[in-house]
Amino acid sequence: MSYWTLSITLIFVALPLLLSKTLNLGLERDTVIATVRSIIQLLAVGYILKFVFDSESLLYIFLMVTLMIAAATHNAQKKGIAIKGIVWKVAATLVFVEVLTQSVLLGFGVTPPTAQYIISISGMVIGNSMVLAILFLNRFTAEVETHQDETELVLSLGGTPKQAIHTQLMHSIKASMIPTIESQKTVGLVQLPGMMSGQIIAGADPIQAVQFQLLIMFLLLTTAAVTSVMLGFLSYPTLFNQRMQLLKS
Amino acid sequence: MFTDYKPAVHLNQVSYIIDGNKILKRITGSFPEGKITTLVGPSGAGKTTLLKLCNGLLSPSSGELYVKGQPINSYEPTELRRLVGIALQSAPMVSGTVYDNLALPMELQSKKLSADAAKQLLHDVGLEEEFMHRKVSDLSGGQRQKVSIARTLVNRPDILLLDEITSSLDRTSLKEIEELIAAINRKYKTTIIWITHNLQQALEIGDFTWVMMEGEVIETGESELLKSPATDKVRHFVKGGAV
Repeated sequence: MSYWTLSITLIFVALPLLLSKTLNLGLERDTVIATVRSIIQLLAVGYILKFVFDSESLLYIFLMVTLMIAAATHNAQKKGIAIKGIVWKVAATLVFVEVLTQSVLLGFGVTPPTAQYIISISGMVIGNSMVLAILFLNRFTAEVETHQDETELVLSLGGTPKQAIHTQLMHSIKASMIPTIESQKTVGLVQLPGMMSGQIIAGADPIQAVQFQLLIMFLLLTTAAVTSVMLGFLSYPTLFNQRMQLLKS
Repeated sequence: MFTDYKPAVHLNQVSYIIDGNKILKRITGSFPEGKITTLVGPSGAGKTTLLKLCNGLLSPSSGELYVKGQPINSYEPTELRRLVGIALQSAPMVSGTVYDNLALPMELQSKKLSADAAKQLLHDVGLEEEFMHRKVSDLSGGQRQKVSIARTLVNRPDILLLDEITSSLDRTSLKEIEELIAAINRKYKTTIIWITHNLQQALEIGDFTWVMMEGEVIETGESELLKSPATDKVRHFVKGGAV
């Protein structure tokens, strides 16, 4: 696609601008900012990726993945600000998920050890893990807040913190995993995944595109499970003190 | 007067401060072993906080607390909470049936509560057997409170802390629970520390009474003190409570 052809697609930006102006929605400024930012950010990433792919340097791959994890951690930790040490807990979870998935893919030779594969797959894994962490932390903090009485009840009957928080923890893990599982049930029926569509548009064999999509989907299942379980088990002890008392936020 | 009895719980200059608010202010006193002591006083006096300190759900900001002669921190928290049971005013329930709730204290120790034991507990608090498999969401306030008391009794605590447990009960249920608590006290020599707004109940059931206001103990003594208080504060409070 040439830049001229791409510029024609700005029609799709002009249309919402026109609607916003006509209906007095007041979204013109935000729409323009969003468009300009997306152009600059994506072009910048495109050039950076081209540079890293061409260099095939392990250091650059490592730096790219580290940057992704840092940005994802910064974004996700905001939802768990009440949990002590949330930054390193989220970071440790994302690092573990990344190491686990890449170890399987590279270790079994599923994907080649090139920047093109490592960075693209890492982006999907870390991005998904970040969303899962946000979903989990949102739900978990709400569950803990709403069910303080039940938590204190179990403690008062001689239960341990793990027993006291068990129900809330399991509900939060389950709730954060459900969207991933549900979206996989309808994949191919309701929507064609972005990566697969992208490959097909770029001229790849649809069967090969499906194979890669399946690989990604299976990865995301593991990502969902490991992220919410690991973050859950790292987070709950900080809600209690040494005397097994529930710390009020 | 309290010095004639062995203390089940003893507090020495105990304060509890949260977010800069002094909830309890340097409280010193004892709850005699095997006796029923009632805690009375207006809302916000710090009575519930005092119970939670005795059960280890909270820790004092300063001062010492002894349970059966030992510093409270010398007990493992789980061991302490089985020794010192508490029935909370809100009677929180875990979702499920009445049996699920009764069995909870045993499950926490990886044990099972037999159906017969559950039936006996229900009988003790004046509930029919058929309540066993009823969902807790279908219970009335009074029924929830009875289940909460029965559940606290599963651990057979030496010290039983009761927080306004009869406030949502009708007159018949209230009498049943009063008789049950008195029977437990007589039979097992269980020490009872009972928060109540019902001063008549404090007089009839309690051996001793603490009158608390604004985080301080204003008067303590045999429950008869409520008939002839020594201070104006307590006299005024009792007058409002129409003893």
